[in-house]
Amino acid sequence: MTRFVSWVLLPLGLVAIAGVLVWAFYLATTGETGARLADLALARVPETGVSNPVTSVLLNYRAYDTLLELAVLLAALLGIWSLGPAAPGFQRAAEVLQGMVAWFVPLLILAAGHMLWVGAYAPGGAFQAGALLGAAGVMLALAGHPSAGLPSEPVLRLLAILGVLVFCLVGLALMVLGLGFLTYPPGMAKWLILLIETGATLAIGVTLAAAYRGGRPARASEGAAP
Amino acid sequence: MTTLLAAFDLLLSLTLLGLAVAALTSAEPRRGVILFIAFGLLLALVWARLRAPDLALAEAAIGAGLSGALMLAAARRARRRRSPETAPRPSEEQP
Repeated sequence: MTRFVSWVLLPLGLVAIAGVLVWAFYLATTGETGARLADLALARVPETGVSNPVTSVLLNYRAYDTLLELAVLLAALLGIWSLGPAAPGFQRAAEVLQGMVAWFVPLLILAAGHMLWVGAYAPGGAFQAGALLGAAGVMLALAGHPSAGLPSEPVLRLLAILGVLVFCLVGLALMVLGLGFLTYPPGMAKWLILLIETGATLAIGVTLAAAYRGGRPARASEGAAP
Repeated sequence: MTTLLAAFDLLLSLTLLGLAVAALTSAEPRRGVILFIAFGLLLALVWARLRAPDLALAEAAIGAGLSGALMLAAARRARRRRSPETAPRPSEEQP
């Protein structure tokens, strides 16, 4: 029975999926040649507050998607935290690795800031910048820092929800002003996007580093105990 | 130049497929994760070739780097959890 599944059903399913993909590709390339959504979206990028089309889609046209992505990350982190206390970290690294980490972590933080700012007009943005921050945390954890560069528990919890929090607060404030949820007014779009991306970067970095460390964060009172 | 690029693309796609199959069929979790990291790095190259630098950056940083680190940690933990069942504990061998 298992053999039937793995040698007949599985390949047939894969071939069917490949067929659907080829069919979709064929339709997409030879379909109607009228005005496509991409042209409309690209024509109005200057009004979105950023000149990088990818960032304008992620944080203006489809800001809901990005908000939900941040919520998914937060849910993943909560799932990891609910699995129990953290495993003991790595032993403290020797001096060469320590020296390299001492050089790399500030560079990674600088690169994350650059990536965040440059995302407005070139490839980059909150997710890439957050990944760099998370990589700095992973590096610290690998070199044997028990906290992985993460702050104490109350601040950690605040930082983990910061992305979703800033996103929702901006959306609700815009609703109070009489606009739609996350419908930015033209003059302020750039600064609102930057504000949201800054919160999202911090949240993503903290989430990824905390996910790598794993385990529930120790409460301030428990943290003192060995 | 175009034939060279086409040959590069073909090589890239074939290597990607081979790495995917190898990562999926490897019996040892750690080996599979390392193959998956290599797969992610090559996939970042594919995104760069498709002129999507944003995706290439995200794939290299998140797909290959951080997911790889997370899965390596998970593989380490899974092996530690499985080993007491398959092999007797050293403390039990030496009473």
